[in-house]
Amino acid sequence: MEQVMKRDRGSNNSEGLAPRPEFGKLSIRNAGKTYDPQGSAVVAVHDCSIEIEAGDFVAIVGPSGCGKSTLMNVLAGFDNVTSGEVYLDDSLLASPRQAPSPGADRVVVFQNGALFPWKTVLENVTYGLLKTNAMSRASAEEKAKDFLSRCGGLDKVMRSYPAQLSSGMQRRVEIVRALVNEPRILLLDEPFRAMDTISKTTMHQHLLKMYSTCRRTIVFITHDLEEAIYLSDKVIVMTTRPGTVKLELTVPLPRPRTPEMTASVEYMDLKKEAIESVHEEAKKAFERGERELA
Amino acid sequence: MNTVVRNEKYWLMAAGYIGAIFLWYASVKWLPISSFNRLPDPLSVIREWLSPDPSYGISIFTSDYYVHIWYSTYRAFTAFFLAVLLGVPLGIFMGWNAKFREFSGALVGLLRPIPPLAWVPLAILLFPGVEPAVIFVTFLVAFFATTMNTLVGVRSIDEDYFRAARCLGASRTDILRDVIVPGALPHIFTGLQIAMGAAWFSLVAGEMIAAQYGLGYVIWEAYNLIQYPTIVIGMATLGIVGFLSSAAIRWVGQRLMQWREESLGLGG
Amino acid sequence: MPDVEESIRAAHAVKSERSTNNTKRAFRLRIPRIRWRGALAIVGFFILWDLLVRNQAPGFDSIPSPLAVIQIFFKQFAFTATYWHSWFVSFQRVMYGFILAQLLGIPLGLILGTRKRVNYLLFPIIELLRPIPPLAWVPLSILFWPTNELSIVFITFIGAFFIIVINVYDGVRTIRKEHFWLAQSLGASQSTIFRRIIIPSVIPSIAVGMTLGIAVTWNVVIAAEMIASDSGLGRLTWEGYVSGSPSIVVVGMISIGIAGYLSTIIVDYIEKRMMPWKQLS
Repeated sequence: MEQVMKRDRGSNNSEGLAPRPEFGKLSIRNAGKTYDPQGSAVVAVHDCSIEIEAGDFVAIVGPSGCGKSTLMNVLAGFDNVTSGEVYLDDSLLASPRQAPSPGADRVVVFQNGALFPWKTVLENVTYGLLKTNAMSRASAEEKAKDFLSRCGGLDKVMRSYPAQLSSGMQRRVEIVRALVNEPRILLLDEPFRAMDTISKTTMHQHLLKMYSTCRRTIVFITHDLEEAIYLSDKVIVMTTRPGTVKLELTVPLPRPRTPEMTASVEYMDLKKEAIESVHEEAKKAFERGERELA
Repeated sequence: MNTVVRNEKYWLMAAGYIGAIFLWYASVKWLPISSFNRLPDPLSVIREWLSPDPSYGISIFTSDYYVHIWYSTYRAFTAFFLAVLLGVPLGIFMGWNAKFREFSGALVGLLRPIPPLAWVPLAILLFPGVEPAVIFVTFLVAFFATTMNTLVGVRSIDEDYFRAARCLGASRTDILRDVIVPGALPHIFTGLQIAMGAAWFSLVAGEMIAAQYGLGYVIWEAYNLIQYPTIVIGMATLGIVGFLSSAAIRWVGQRLMQWREESLGLGG
Repeated sequence: MPDVEESIRAAHAVKSERSTNNTKRAFRLRIPRIRWRGALAIVGFFILWDLLVRNQAPGFDSIPSPLAVIQIFFKQFAFTATYWHSWFVSFQRVMYGFILAQLLGIPLGLILGTRKRVNYLLFPIIELLRPIPPLAWVPLSILFWPTNELSIVFITFIGAFFIIVINVYDGVRTIRKEHFWLAQSLGASQSTIFRRIIIPSVIPSIAVGMTLGIAVTWNVVIAAEMIASDSGLGRLTWEGYVSGSPSIVVVGMISIGIAGYLSTIIVDYIEKRMMPWKQLS
């Protein structure tokens, strides 16, 4: 992988998309998840099938409570499915009989941020390398610095503690902390949820640049449709509980993506199609929520 | 405007202190109520405290004064450090291992409702001599405060930090070292401050009930020997020493947790 | 205070019970359940105690075994009026001290938090007095108050008073400014802001102060009784020691433990009633 990266940087075309990685093909087959606290079965995910090619950027969109987070937890290895299977590169990742476990091949970037506040930026970024790859500290730091500097000059703040950085920077460091391990899948769990529109736009550019230089399979969970369409190759709209795939939308917009594209006709059409489908779901969820409260 | 406000603040503070001391003096000296007249007045306390030749044997110029301070401090800190040494690892271990938490949680729940000072007689029976008994009782309070706060500290660490560490390939022991210990540190230090306060609290009682030296003993002995100004000297000294010990812990905590500084606003 | 783990579990139990609309059972579940590991640990504790006593471990030669304690309890205490009188006296002292501390501490905390000038004037004095351990007040208290009873209540009061003042004061200071702005922009008067914003906002802080206060209060009462009283559970325990009967000491300690635990339950119940909105979260 190191090779790919270096070549890419040398080729002077930083916006060009890196070639597809060898690993990272994800296949979710009829996955279901039923929570069973004290006999009252809650179906969080039902018969959900998604195919993701290695190196694809896929966004999963849906209203609150549609099982996005459950799916994320299964992929990350925090939780198990109760039916169906999940394969990563043709090896079984999760099934009702096989509880998944987390690993550095599937790194998560969390909704509320989970940089260790008691470690410096550099210590955070090297953490995974030191824990899994049995790399020496010197080479791990070398690699971390390399990644940090390529992601918008973050190496300038590598001695700082996360609390000293802006929230946008913290988020970028967290993405670098994941990418530096060269995971097969990068799982982003609504990473820009708490941000204002302008910061979000900036973060999108940063993320797209990181994606194009260090291309990985990315599963991006969000409830923001525009963000999903703008960033990804494929948008998957999920229904409300029980969560299942309602619509799969391929985004034909070329890369590199630029903010102007959000004004293009193609983009608008995609958005319209997706909005209709999500809106229907949101309405259902809302009505059910009202019933539950009554 | 700002300086006016600040001036007002200091004037009012000074007025508060002076007023309080004046009220104390006036009520002891002039109020025709015998309750107040029995108390020592501030002037005689200060005179006694600063006297090179105190009437009741305790002032800043006598070595006895410092012997008592030394004894109390020594007991408080011995008990405190024992409590930290045992309580912090125990609390962390309880937070880290659910099964162990079930075992020890029940025991803690069983023993904790007994106020530490109720242990004094039993401690004297259990230990040879009064000294270890007083230290034991002091230790006990500090120990519960440290253990419970450490446990709360571990339990209040955001689940995402554990998940992030596991994602990045950390083992259970890595998580203990890299997530649990630093994550619980703020709560541990809160616990240590409470423990220190509680240690002084029960030390005084222990010394009053069953010791030969120490500030609690000074206060109680002064009462029995009708050396009333010395009571107040003992109380004030306790206040100062107790305050300084908490300040010391706060200082160490700030040193250890520099990552908690405010954002420097570098912008991103 | 029950074990944290236990209370979290109890809270969950309450919540899930609630979802099945069975509020009657929810109340019963609030009493923490001890699972088998915990039960095992407690049984082990008593067996260890018994073994230590049986084998005359150092320090344990004069300590009664658990069974002996139960026997002595039923023979000498359970049916005597003096024993239950000790309970009554100690409870009474705790209650007076505790309630007085609330009655004076809550208003003082509110004033310190809302009136800047009063704060400048009084807060430094409070900060000066606060580090003095409550029991150091015993001699002065005995000197000042005409009866022993009053002096013990006073010391108990001191123990809880500063805790409640500081907690309420912090509670007022940490009220979100938006609440004030909202109230002001709606044209609320000073007294409405006080009643509708400040009072409800400090209730959680008052609750924290109460929880901490009740524990300290028991501690102080027991010590004060040992030092300077002729009645109460603390005195009972101390007299057991003085008269050379360790079984009385153990009975006294257990009684104090139960008494302390009971008052914690009562305070918890009051706190829950004060904060109905907390039960849902």
